[in-house]
Amino acid sequence: MNRLRGAGQRGLPGWLVAVAALVPLVVVGVFVVWPLGAIVARGLRPEGEWDLGAIGEVFGSRSARRALWFSTWQAAASTLLTLLVALPAARVAARYRYRGDGLVAAVTTVPFVLPTVVVATAFWSLLGRSGPLARLLGLVGVDDFDGRGSVGAVLAAHVFFNHAVVVRTVGSLWRHLDPRLDDAAATLGADGWTRFRLVTLPLLGPAIAAAGIIVFLFCFTSFGVVLILGDRTHATVEVEIFRQIRQLDLDVAAVLALAQMLAAVGLLGLWTVMTSRLGGARRLAADADHRRRPVGRRQWAEVVANLAVMALLLGIPMATLVVRSLRSRGAWSLTHYRSLFEGEGDRIVDPAAAVWASLRVASIAAMIALVVGVAAATALIRLGRRWSRLYDTAVMVPLGASAVTVGFGLLITLDTPPLDLRSSPVLVPIAQAMVALPFVVRILVPVLKAIDVRLREAAAVLGAPPLRVWRHVDLPLTARAMATATGFGFAVSLGEFGASSVLVRSGEPTLPVAIFRVLGRPGSENLGQAMALSTVLLLVTVAVLILVERARVGPGGSF
Amino acid sequence: MFDHRTRTRLSITLWVAALAVLASLGACSSGSEAGTGSDSPEGGAADPADTPGDTAEGTSGDTDDDTGNDVSEAESDEGAVELTLLTHGSFDISDAVLEAFTDETGHTVEVVRGGDAGELVNRSVLTAGNPEADVMFGVDNTFLSAALDADVFEARSESAVDEFADVIDPALLDEQNRVVPVDFGDVCLNYDRAWFEENDLAPPGSLVALTDPTYRGLTVVEDPTTSSPGMAFMLSTIAKFGEGADEGFENFWAALRENEVAVVAGWEEAYYGRFTWGSEGEGDRPIVVSYASSPPVDVIFGEYATPPDVAPTAVIEDGCFRQVEYAGVMAGTDNSDAAGELVDFMLTEDFQADIPLKMFVFPIRDDIELPEEFVKYTSVPEEPSRMEPAEIDANRSDWLDTWDEVMAG
Repeated sequence: MNRLRGAGQRGLPGWLVAVAALVPLVVVGVFVVWPLGAIVARGLRPEGEWDLGAIGEVFGSRSARRALWFSTWQAAASTLLTLLVALPAARVAARYRYRGDGLVAAVTTVPFVLPTVVVATAFWSLLGRSGPLARLLGLVGVDDFDGRGSVGAVLAAHVFFNHAVVVRTVGSLWRHLDPRLDDAAATLGADGWTRFRLVTLPLLGPAIAAAGIIVFLFCFTSFGVVLILGDRTHATVEVEIFRQIRQLDLDVAAVLALAQMLAAVGLLGLWTVMTSRLGGARRLAADADHRRRPVGRRQWAEVVANLAVMALLLGIPMATLVVRSLRSRGAWSLTHYRSLFEGEGDRIVDPAAAVWASLRVASIAAMIALVVGVAAATALIRLGRRWSRLYDTAVMVPLGASAVTVGFGLLITLDTPPLDLRSSPVLVPIAQAMVALPFVVRILVPVLKAIDVRLREAAAVLGAPPLRVWRHVDLPLTARAMATATGFGFAVSLGEFGASSVLVRSGEPTLPVAIFRVLGRPGSENLGQAMALSTVLLLVTVAVLILVERARVGPGGSF
Repeated sequence: MFDHRTRTRLSITLWVAALAVLASLGACSSGSEAGTGSDSPEGGAADPADTPGDTAEGTSGDTDDDTGNDVSEAESDEGAVELTLLTHGSFDISDAVLEAFTDETGHTVEVVRGGDAGELVNRSVLTAGNPEADVMFGVDNTFLSAALDADVFEARSESAVDEFADVIDPALLDEQNRVVPVDFGDVCLNYDRAWFEENDLAPPGSLVALTDPTYRGLTVVEDPTTSSPGMAFMLSTIAKFGEGADEGFENFWAALRENEVAVVAGWEEAYYGRFTWGSEGEGDRPIVVSYASSPPVDVIFGEYATPPDVAPTAVIEDGCFRQVEYAGVMAGTDNSDAAGELVDFMLTEDFQADIPLKMFVFPIRDDIELPEEFVKYTSVPEEPSRMEPAEIDANRSDWLDTWDEVMAG
C-alpha cells in the first residue's frame, strides 16, 4: 500500500517538485526572514562588529522581562478562553444543519479578518462608560463601569478575533467524524460527557491542540489590540519592539524580535507535530458530511444557546461599529455616509477609491498567495515525513515573525535596484500574501493528501503523462479548495493593516489604512466617517466570506 | 451529484473570472495612477477653504513616466521631475496648491505618508543615504537632532529661507540649511467647557493644579513612548520642573499618577476614547493633552448648523509645548535641485496660507494672514515651553526610562 501510494505521489517530475518546493522558501526568505535579519543585524552589529552584550542587557531589563511575561500569560489565558467559548460552537457547526448556517459561518469568520484598528475602536465603544455593557451592569447596580484600558478588554478582543480559528480548524474535522462511533458508544450506555471524553476528544485532540497553538501564537505576537486596548504597564513583546524602534533603540528591538521568532518557531514545530497526528483521525473520518437538522428540544437548545453566545460575543462588537456610524450628535442619521461619499473639499481619503484599491490589492495578494501556496502544498505532500515537518514550519514562519520589525526591515533590504520595491505598488500585496500564505497552505494540504492515489495511477496506466495527470486529476479535485483558499486569502488581505500601514506609500490607501487615517484626524465628524468606512469594510468582508463559504471544501480542509 | 458539481464549477469559474478582472484592472490602473500628483483625483471638486477652483486636474497627469525610478537619468535643471514627498499621516494640503507648484516648475509631487511623526523619523533614519523619497516634511523639534545626526538631510548652499529672514524666527534656522521650519503648533492641555460648567468646577489653571485632589481622575494623557503629543507633553513638564527626584518632573508625574491620571497609547484613544467632549459623552476625562488648535477644529468639523460663539473646548495655557515642523531635501536623492524647489515652495505664501485649515497649525512666517474661523476659536499660548533639539536628543532615552519607572510604580 505504502509503495503504491509513493508511486502515485511521485507522479510529477522531480525538478518540478523541487521548483515548487523552492518558490515558497525563496519568497518567505526574501520578504520575511531577510528583512527581520537585517534589523537584527542593524541592532546587534552597530559598528560592523557583533555586540552581543545587548542580549544580556535586554533580558536583565525590567520592561523586557515584563513584556515577555505578559505576552506569555495573556496568550495562555486568551487561548483557554477562546477554546472554552469556541469548542461548543465548533460542535454545533459540525453536527447541525439549519437554515442560514452558511451565513452564520461567514459572519462569525469576519472578526478574524477585520483590521485591529477597527476591532479596537469597536471595543472602545463597547466597553466605554456609556456602552451597552456599562448600561447592562448599571441595571444590576454596578455603576461607572469602564472596561477600557484593562487586561480584560485585551482578552475579550482576543477571543473575538480567534473564535473563528478554533471553529474552523476543529469544526471541519469534527464534521467528518463518523457519528456511528458516537451512536455505538451511546448504545453501550455511555452518557454525553463520557462519549465526548472517550470518543470525540481523543479523535479531536490533535486538532484542538493545533488550533490552540495557533491562537496562542496570535495572542503572543498581538500588537494593535494590546497597544490600543491595554493599559501601558501591560505590553506584549511586539508592542515593546514597537516602542523601542520608535526610540531608535534598535539593539533592544533586535533582541526582542529574535526572542519572539525563536518562541514562534518552537511553537510552530510543536504545531506541525500536532497536525501530522491529524492523519489518524482523518482516516476514521468518513468522507460524507454528517450534519443533520437538530431534532428535539435539547438539540435545538444547543444550537440556539450557541447562536446567542456568538451574537453576544461576536455580534455586539460589530453591531456597535454599525450603530456608531449611524449616530450623529445623538440622533440617527446617514450624515457620515453622505459626507463620505459626497465629500466636501479635499477629502483626506476617497472612500470609493479606497474600496477599489482594497479590492485590487486583495485580488493581487490572493493570486500571489494561491500560486505560492499551491507550490508549497504540492511540495509538502511529496516530501518525506521529517522534511515535511521542517518545511511546514518554514512556510508558517510569517505567522510568528514580528510584523513591526519586518515592516521596517523591508525598507532597508529591498532598497537597491533591481530589487528596490519600496516604491513599487506590488510590495503591499506581496506582504499581505505572506500573511495569508499559511492559511492557504493549511486549506490545500489536507485536500491534496486526501486524493485517492488510485485515480492518479489509473490515469497514468491509461497513458497520461504526469502533468496531464495533475491537470485532470489533482486540479479538478482541488479546484474547490483552491477557490476557498483564494477567497480566504482575499479576505485576509482585505483586512490586513499592520504591514500595509508601513508599506502603503502613495495616495491610494487600502480601506484599513484609510480608516486609520480618518481616525487620526481631529473632529467628531471624522470619527463618524471612520466608523462608516469600517462598516463598509465589514460589509465587503461579509460578502467575500459568504462566497468563500459557498465554495467551501468538501473533504475537510483544516481551516 | 450533477447539480452539486455544476454549482462547484460555476462558483470556481466566477471566482477566477472575478479575480482575473480585478487583477488586470489593478495592474493597469496602478500603472497609470503612479504619475498623478494628488492623492484624490476628484478631491478638489467643491472646496470651501482654498483658492477658487480652477480645475487644473489635467496638469499633474501629463508627465507620462510610470514609475519614479526612470527620472534620475533625465535630471537636469530644466527637466520636469516626479518628486516624492515623505510625510506623516496628518499632512494635508489643498490639491490646488500642489498643482500651482506643478504649473510653476513642471515637477509633479507624489505624497507618501509614512506613519506618524515618530515613525517617519524612524523610516528616514533607517534608510538614511538611500532615501525612499526626495523631500521629507514633518520631522519636529523632538526628533530633529536624531534625523540630523543620522545625515537624513542634505546640506544646501542656498535656500529661499534667506528671503524670509525677517518673517521667520532666526533661532529656528539650521546653519547648514539642511532643514527649514515650515509650521508650528502647541501641544496643550484642553478641557471640556460644558463639563466644568455642569459640575460647577473651575478648570485647572496650571500644570500643578492637575495634581490637586479636586481634579482627581479627570485627566488623560498620551504615552510618550508611543505618541508624539505625549512626548511633547512630557518634555513640557521637564522644561517646567527640571529633573531631580524631589521636585523634578519625576515628582510631578508621581503626583499625577497618585491623582489617577489615565495614560493611553495615542492621541485618538485619548481624544475620542476618554475625553468627555471628543467621545460624545462616553469618556470620563474632561481634561486631555491635545493641541492649542483643537478648539477651532472642533468647531469646523463639529457638525454645527450655526457656528457657536465660543468653541466647546478650551486651552489651558500652562504646560504647553511648542512643536516646530521642518522640511528638507533627503540626502542621496537624485533630484536635489527639484527637491530644493519643493522645500522652498513650502515657504511661499500659497503654501503657508493653506496650512492653518489643512493641518491646523500655524504657518512659520509671521506675515501670513490667518483665516477668520481659525483665529476666532484658537489661542496662542504666550509662553510655551521650548527645548533645544540637541538637548532633547541627548536625553530622550533617559527621560523616557525615568518616566517609565515612575509610571510603572
